[in-house]
Amino acid sequence: MVTTPVVRAEGLVRAFGGRRVVDDVGFTLHARDCLALFGPNGAGKTTLLRLLAGLLTPGQGTVLINGVSLTTGTSARAQVGLVSHASMLYGTLTAHENVAFTARLHGLPDPAAAALTALTTMRVHDRADTPVRALSRGLQQRVSIARAIVHEPALLLCDEPYTGLDETGAAALTAALAERREAGAALVVVTHNLPEGLALATHTAIMRRGRFARFEARDAVDASAYPAQYRELTAVHE
Amino acid sequence: MTSTASASPDVSRRTGPDLLMGAALVAVAAVYVRALAFTPVEALQGPAQKILYIHATSAFIALYVAFVLMAIASILYLWLKDEKLDRVAESAAEVGLAFTTVVLVTGPLWGKTIWGAWWTWDARLTSTLFLWFIIVAYHLLRGAVEERGRRARYSAVLGILAALLVPFIHLSVYLFRTLHPMPILLKPSAPSMPSEMQVTFFTAFFAFALLFAALLRARYRIATLRDSVDDLEQAHA
Amino acid sequence: MSERQPLSPPGMMAAAWIVARKDLAIEFRTRTAFLSAVVFALLGVTIFYFAWDSTAVSAPDLAPGVLWVIFTFAGLLGLQRSFASELADRAVDGLLGAPISRESIYLGKALANLVFVLGILAVTIPAVVLFYNLPFGGGVVMLAGIAGLAAIGLVAVGTLFSAMAVNTRMAELLLPMLSLPFFVPIVMGAAQSSSRLMAGRPVAEAWPWLRILLAFDIVFVTACTLAFPFTLDE
Repeated sequence: MVTTPVVRAEGLVRAFGGRRVVDDVGFTLHARDCLALFGPNGAGKTTLLRLLAGLLTPGQGTVLINGVSLTTGTSARAQVGLVSHASMLYGTLTAHENVAFTARLHGLPDPAAAALTALTTMRVHDRADTPVRALSRGLQQRVSIARAIVHEPALLLCDEPYTGLDETGAAALTAALAERREAGAALVVVTHNLPEGLALATHTAIMRRGRFARFEARDAVDASAYPAQYRELTAVHE
Repeated sequence: MTSTASASPDVSRRTGPDLLMGAALVAVAAVYVRALAFTPVEALQGPAQKILYIHATSAFIALYVAFVLMAIASILYLWLKDEKLDRVAESAAEVGLAFTTVVLVTGPLWGKTIWGAWWTWDARLTSTLFLWFIIVAYHLLRGAVEERGRRARYSAVLGILAALLVPFIHLSVYLFRTLHPMPILLKPSAPSMPSEMQVTFFTAFFAFALLFAALLRARYRIATLRDSVDDLEQAHA
Repeated sequence: MSERQPLSPPGMMAAAWIVARKDLAIEFRTRTAFLSAVVFALLGVTIFYFAWDSTAVSAPDLAPGVLWVIFTFAGLLGLQRSFASELADRAVDGLLGAPISRESIYLGKALANLVFVLGILAVTIPAVVLFYNLPFGGGVVMLAGIAGLAAIGLVAVGTLFSAMAVNTRMAELLLPMLSLPFFVPIVMGAAQSSSRLMAGRPVAEAWPWLRILLAFDIVFVTACTLAFPFTLDE
């Protein structure tokens, strides 16, 4: 029996001013898969994530989320959540208001309750009524993650999500990611921390100059040799 | 969306003198000679009426050629995403600005001589003044946006909205004028213009249209060169 | 469980309303922009009064022009902040990643700006009536109607341009430069029609100007809604 993959990307190309930042990237993930995406700065990882979130339109190629095209219509975006470097929050509003706003945009029947649940998952519910700009960077990151999971997305995209998180926050994030996978979601996690990424992953990829230099199942990867292989692959060739 | 012209623009072929520009300048000079030496002086207004050959033709070209070209290139750019169209719009706007400035300078010169007032809120002149403001705003916008794709998109949006605005400006100013009686003004009587004047008008129009085309092409080439330099710089960055 | 109830995301107007509510919530949390714009408007109205020789031009004759010019500049103050909160922490990505149309983002922001501008007018119009000795009565109601029409046009164009200006280096300067040519038909239409109506002239005299205002609103609300997606980096 063939199940619909959570995400199927094919031939993705995105250029800025003549330079291809994402150059023919394609991959497929099924429910409970987690892709750890490594690569040097400027490789195109963030752009790829933005393409998968529907924030950028590809010049070529397609993205299907649970079989629905991301570029035609708006409904596919409902199944994607994005955690990025920027918090994507409104500083003047409280943590709860921010997450509830996202919940409303997604049409959740009880936005307030869903927001509280998400904040609780990320262990930041006790600061729910604090304006976001009064929170520390780490707490803001937790609220941002809560915002990304409140609508229970089928595809969760994380751009270096552990940055700035303390132990509690990191534990909350790991638990949240596990919960999403348990519920059948797929994850794409961009990280510079190889051991961390390998621990989560079912698939690994190294992105370099807009392309996947390597893409394979986690089982095929030798964790001890990987760091050296990564360094060699991404060394700058003069 | 990526632009369809993702390869650097081809600038290899252009060398040698700009014959079009040469022809245009000769034509404009010829019109000057004809207007000053070979066209009769208008009875009511005297020699100052001859400013009209520049003023009226520049006004026509600024609005109906330059601005319309800018608007059409803008619409086509948003539809087709071809960078060349953005360069056409940019060039049309800049050359159009030059022609509009000519209108706004020759207008008061003529007005002062004929009516004794530098500025009279004449409907056409006022509309041209607003057109001037709009084109200046267009250039300010372009100057403020660095990324090429975004600059092209923003300019195209402004170009289209400006095209929609022009009829409203004309209508408002016309309405303002008809409901506010102004001093009776002398106007050139077009239908009963002697044939020599008509010929001068036509040749003036032709010469200035040629000048517009030559300036447009030169400006377009500059834009193309600039963009390919940018591409080269980025590729080596 | 990968099965769950499929959500039904809000339609265009519902999404616009959600965005507008959020903008208004942010605005009323701090109120500084609104209060600044109101104070600016009141100061402007007052300063204008002393800029004229009141023996040469009567205050009621001056009033419409003053009102609409001040309205324009106070409105610009309000429009400036429209997209600033979206850029601060890339909150705009949250809007773009949501299952709502790009047009509803524009409509939501324009709606919030409209409330803001109408709020300024709600203070400025009584101030002008008071300071410039305008007669009360039906004229003021008509003034409010014209104000609504003018505000719609102002906000339609201003919201679009603030979406563009916020991404540039000279946002505060660029927004007025882009918007003011577009405000000309609005100011003319509003000032000419309101001065006639308040002088007690028949409606037929004001009607051509009101028509221009109405046509402007229809054309530019449509055009700006359609143009808005092109101002996004997609």
